[in-house]
Amino acid sequence: MRVNISQKKVRGQFVAKVEELSGQKILACYQCGKCSAGCIAVSEMDILPNQVIRFVQLGLKDELLKSNAYWVCASCLTCNARCPKGIKIAEIMEAVRQILLRKRKDNVQIPNLRDQQKEEVPSIALVSNFRKNTS
Amino acid sequence: MKLGYYPGCTLKANAKNFEDSALCSLKQLGLEVEELRRWNCCGTVYSLTTDDLIHHVAPVRNLIFSKKANADALMTLCAMCYNTLKRANERVKKNPEDRDIINRFMDAEGLAYEGDVKVVHLLELLRDDIKFENIAKKVVKPLKDLKVANYYGCLLVRPKDIGLDDMENPRVLENLMTALGAMAVDFPYKTECCASYQTVDHPDIVAERTYKILTSARNAGAEVVTVSCPLCAFNLDNRQKATVEHYSDFEKMPILYFTQLLGIALGCSEESLRFDLHDVDPISVLKRKGLL
Repeated sequence: MRVNISQKKVRGQFVAKVEELSGQKILACYQCGKCSAGCIAVSEMDILPNQVIRFVQLGLKDELLKSNAYWVCASCLTCNARCPKGIKIAEIMEAVRQILLRKRKDNVQIPNLRDQQKEEVPSIALVSNFRKNTS
Repeated sequence: MKLGYYPGCTLKANAKNFEDSALCSLKQLGLEVEELRRWNCCGTVYSLTTDDLIHHVAPVRNLIFSKKANADALMTLCAMCYNTLKRANERVKKNPEDRDIINRFMDAEGLAYEGDVKVVHLLELLRDDIKFENIAKKVVKPLKDLKVANYYGCLLVRPKDIGLDDMENPRVLENLMTALGAMAVDFPYKTECCASYQTVDHPDIVAERTYKILTSARNAGAEVVTVSCPLCAFNLDNRQKATVEHYSDFEKMPILYFTQLLGIALGCSEESLRFDLHDVDPISVLKRKGLL
């Protein structure tokens, strides 16, 4: 993938917002890939967890917001537990979700769920799913 | 220490087998817990962003209800409730500014929360207060020869300062099962996520997780798998229907709450074990082992 890196993007509002919402220092990541190695959901992700961080580091907002990786993330916190730099990757995933949700860009449209989908699962699944995927 | 009991939503519905077997087991151990008179949803997942205080209102309100019931410790069974309540509790303990904002939001409760309720999981109560060696003495039906793989999932053990055991190799369930006379088998997927709430709109991901987790447990020799989270239980039990359709070599595996095995060992009646709520039948293997 060809990417254009600019100071304007790297020092832009998007990177600052992700850092603010996640409470993490994005540049602390040295891209070892340990988060992606232990992630249970990578088979469903179009980019890997370490690439999510890389995209943020480079300020590639538009490219990142097209990805599905942070929606597939189930906040299991395995990446956080294993990061050698102590970076909370799950918090970064949550920050990106929140940036979209705060603009009403929901990932799950509740009216589109079939009755069977809602009735067969326990309430704990619905509440947690809607909290992560809807605004 | 007065202990309040917080059941959470799912224990009153899909996971009634978890609640009934736990309460019966505690009774057999000589401990009766009192359910909070008022409680609401814990929020199910802890908000991971720095500024999202509104999502901590629900768990903190439950801690206020606990104070109002004069309970200085709040016991949960559900791993998700445990994690969310404990994390919100730590948040307000460590951040007085956040605590004041959350308290002011709930001023109608008439009690400002100070972070002084202890959130405990039933497993901690059994391990640290009652102690497994004392439980072993009360076993009337040892789980002899039953090979049990213990599945922790995520929220009982992560993050480190919240989890009740080692993050990568927890042993508390194995130690409990051993005390009950069972054979605890080790398997590498015991702390690997079941895909959690993705079960609503991506049941295929859960089916894949179920295949990997349960096949790993079977290859390690397990006859049953124990859980302590109602969402793990639903995913690993109910989604086996979809797993069978996707993976031709998959063999079904009974899923049990650890409290159901505890209940059997302590002599609880079958009515309190509620095997009728299971999708994959656990009765045949338990009968084969002479446990029912």
